[in-house]
Amino acid sequence: MAPENSKESGENDFRRIVTIWIVVSVVLDLLYWFLVGPHVPPGRMTSSAKANQLDFNVLFVIALPVMVGVWEWLAYAGLRWNVKRKDAPESVGGPSAAGNKRTEFWWITVTSVVVLFLAVYGTIELYAGNGSGGGEGPNPILQPAGAVKAEAAALAGTGSWSPNTNAVLPVQVIAQQWKFTYRYPTFGGFESPYLILPANTQIEFNVTSLDVIHSFWAYQLEVKADANPMVDNVAFTKTEQLGSFEVRCSELCGIWHGAMFNSGKVVSESAFMTWATSTEAANAANTKNLPPFAWTYVPDANGAAGGYYPDGGVTPYSPVEIYGSKQPS
Amino acid sequence: MSKGGRLASVLGLFLVVVGLVVWAVASLLTPGVPGGVVNFTNTQASGQPVHLTVQTVGSIGFGAHPSWVSYLVKDPKTGKWVHDTSWELPANTVIDMTVYQYDSGSPLRNQEWGQVQGTIGHSATLNGQSFTSYNSNTGNGVGHTFAIPSLNVSVPLVGVSGNPCAVAPCHFNSPHNVETFSFKTPGPGSYNWQCFVPCALGYIFGNGGAMSTQNYMGGELEVVS
Repeated sequence: MAPENSKESGENDFRRIVTIWIVVSVVLDLLYWFLVGPHVPPGRMTSSAKANQLDFNVLFVIALPVMVGVWEWLAYAGLRWNVKRKDAPESVGGPSAAGNKRTEFWWITVTSVVVLFLAVYGTIELYAGNGSGGGEGPNPILQPAGAVKAEAAALAGTGSWSPNTNAVLPVQVIAQQWKFTYRYPTFGGFESPYLILPANTQIEFNVTSLDVIHSFWAYQLEVKADANPMVDNVAFTKTEQLGSFEVRCSELCGIWHGAMFNSGKVVSESAFMTWATSTEAANAANTKNLPPFAWTYVPDANGAAGGYYPDGGVTPYSPVEIYGSKQPS
Repeated sequence: MSKGGRLASVLGLFLVVVGLVVWAVASLLTPGVPGGVVNFTNTQASGQPVHLTVQTVGSIGFGAHPSWVSYLVKDPKTGKWVHDTSWELPANTVIDMTVYQYDSGSPLRNQEWGQVQGTIGHSATLNGQSFTSYNSNTGNGVGHTFAIPSLNVSVPLVGVSGNPCAVAPCHFNSPHNVETFSFKTPGPGSYNWQCFVPCALGYIFGNGGAMSTQNYMGGELEVVS
């Protein structure tokens, strides 16, 4: 049974709840933002990683007061509004709140503002980050300046990159069971099992597969794009800090899926130039045996048109680009 | 049904479900390594290279999948060929590897695997001739590769001409190539090795069957201190 002065008691409780909620929320939000936020994965190695960290922190700072409010209400329910207490007052938001227009208005307003803000914020972040490091498919809507030019040059074999030019660097990610390899069209199209990237550079990842569906996931770069055969899945990011990162396949792709990972590095622009030019020279003998650079490759080099590996032969040849296969005469 | 009977039924069903879950989890966590592990530790004096000899065959000729392509390894203790792809090796040791390649070849799906990578000297020998890269679009192509992806080791195994040996273990009177190379094992751990040529006949894109079954075209290097 609620005491007679329940209305006054309820208003006092509500005022106390709101005061505690504001103070605790602000303190926890500030502590989180300045002490925890800068260390939240995936870090700040690239523009998309930095944006992802910001997004995570913004979401957390919004979620934290909600969590504090729920816990505080729970504490009040268990301690002050416990019906086992003889003098327990009626709970705030209890039966008397039903049909209360003011309560309904503020409940709908606050939750709508939070949800709509997150929707708008997320959309802006997606656009501002050129897809936020996610695979955008073969025809990306969101792309940085210079990407189209770099793509055309890569395909024509005329692309170039050098330090301090702000040029977009295309890197092709080729997935196969069970390893990623990387092709650099602006350096003669050499292919390497190592993913080395220059700092302060806009990178265009062109992700494809030679067999089944894989997924290229460079967590610290905040880049993730599915690798599908015959599809060029494009993702963008800009490198901002030096460091090491890990690449993993995030699509269950067969018996050695768990072993399909490697590490990569973001190095200084001059160090990248040295590595790329020396690797181009060292791999020259093998690079000339690779097919011309293309966005995708037919994955049936050893097989017939149906994709089944034929017993004892390598014909018929596909009329389109085949990765590493003999071409029709 | 009595209350006791209903309780017993519920309890029984609960135990069956728990048993199935435990069995499923245990099955997933237990690695399926048929045939055990061939031990190459203590086969050489400490600090000396370990000799590892393998052969690749177009069809194993026996067992559950006689038509499947496979690797075999020479047991260092008995000198006999063993159908086992899990090998125990000493850590931080040079492994001198000899491969007898008895299978035919074809152009590589990815010519990147035509390049010798990660070996000592970045080279291998093919029938006594040193090479660093093999164009699989020429000659007999490449039949298989021996690759340890996490160590970036990869060596193309050049295909043979003529009728390949059909039943393992194959002998020198069948067409074959001999390739040698060396690599150094890292610290203790488990490292998978595999073939990068999708060589499973009759499977889509050549990736099923022998390519996706332990003990045929891939295995584990158990590196111990």
